[in-house]
Amino acid sequence: MSMYIIIVGGGNVGIQLAKRLIARNNEVLVLEKDVRQAQKLGNLIGDQHILYGDGCDILIQKEAGFKRADIVVSVTGEDEDNLICCQLAKEVWDVKRVVARVNDPSHEEIFREIGIDDTVSSTGIIFSLIDQQIASDELIPIGHLHRGHVEVVESLLSEKSPLIGQAVRDITLPQGSFIVYIFRGGTGQQVNGDTEFQPGDMVVAMVPTARAEELRTVFAEVN
Amino acid sequence: MKVVILGCGRSGASLAVQLSSLGHTVTVIERSPESLRRLGKSYPCRIVLGNGLDLDTLERADVANCDAFFAMTRGDNTNLMAAQIVKRNFKVERVAVKVADPLRSEAYRRLGLFTINAAALISGMCRDWLLNAEFQPVDTYNVNAMEIEV
Repeated sequence: MSMYIIIVGGGNVGIQLAKRLIARNNEVLVLEKDVRQAQKLGNLIGDQHILYGDGCDILIQKEAGFKRADIVVSVTGEDEDNLICCQLAKEVWDVKRVVARVNDPSHEEIFREIGIDDTVSSTGIIFSLIDQQIASDELIPIGHLHRGHVEVVESLLSEKSPLIGQAVRDITLPQGSFIVYIFRGGTGQQVNGDTEFQPGDMVVAMVPTARAEELRTVFAEVN
Repeated sequence: MKVVILGCGRSGASLAVQLSSLGHTVTVIERSPESLRRLGKSYPCRIVLGNGLDLDTLERADVANCDAFFAMTRGDNTNLMAAQIVKRNFKVERVAVKVADPLRSEAYRRLGLFTINAAALISGMCRDWLLNAEFQPVDTYNVNAMEIEV
């Protein structure tokens, strides 16, 4: 079933999400408040999928068609923007399903109390909420550092991942990259050489952007 | 009274100085130390440096024991989120929120927050001044300024 999905925030998370949802024949509109980023995104996924404007502005929300949206997903880097956007979507426009990215985990409870049904702290989980088909072992970019030279990525390990059962010290990572931490059983864990990968681990890594493809092969399922 | 003010911009600082000089106990939460110059040479109030959306920062400011909380940063969304945290998590009843966007201000007034919109306030007061009308209670200006067309 095709849905009308509005994504607020055209950063890495928003754009990866948009690409996948478009590929599955949904009607997708990304709201981006930086004019240059909006132009860039237009070239990347098509101008018809981009609206330049502040996703928390009620007039922009009207223009974007919040009223007929099936889902509003707010994935900016600022929790306050995601909260207010989703709250307005629910209260002013009566959007049935809203999903907010929460960057500060201590805010998750507040989002829930305020009535934002779905909060997520990673793109991987946003996919699953919308599609119920989580893409395991894919590298999902969650941020850039140093003007884009370094990428922060995360990956949810499936049972098929070549990493399962291996210790951190036994795997070969691309030069300059390292595992930052593992999110396991609801908490972030420090990683040392002895840490063994388990299915269901959310692995967060930093990698020089030029070597992201190499890292992808380390995490990828062996088909 | 014990008052906590989030944001030491022009309006936050001015409010802090006014309330302090009336003898109230004021705590100001501010992210950037540079903004504190607005309070004058001798700080009339307690300063908590930090992000007002951070629960730890709000605890350090002892928000749970204040009589009133003012969200006065220049970020509408920051103010609206902070106000809701303070109402829900810290059970503060008197919470005022500065909101620059008239539509957002009205939307949240309808959701039960006491929002103050400078554009509505200034335009309404100019109107009343011109017409030699009596100045009205602050929330009346909000209501009259804008109707959301959905």
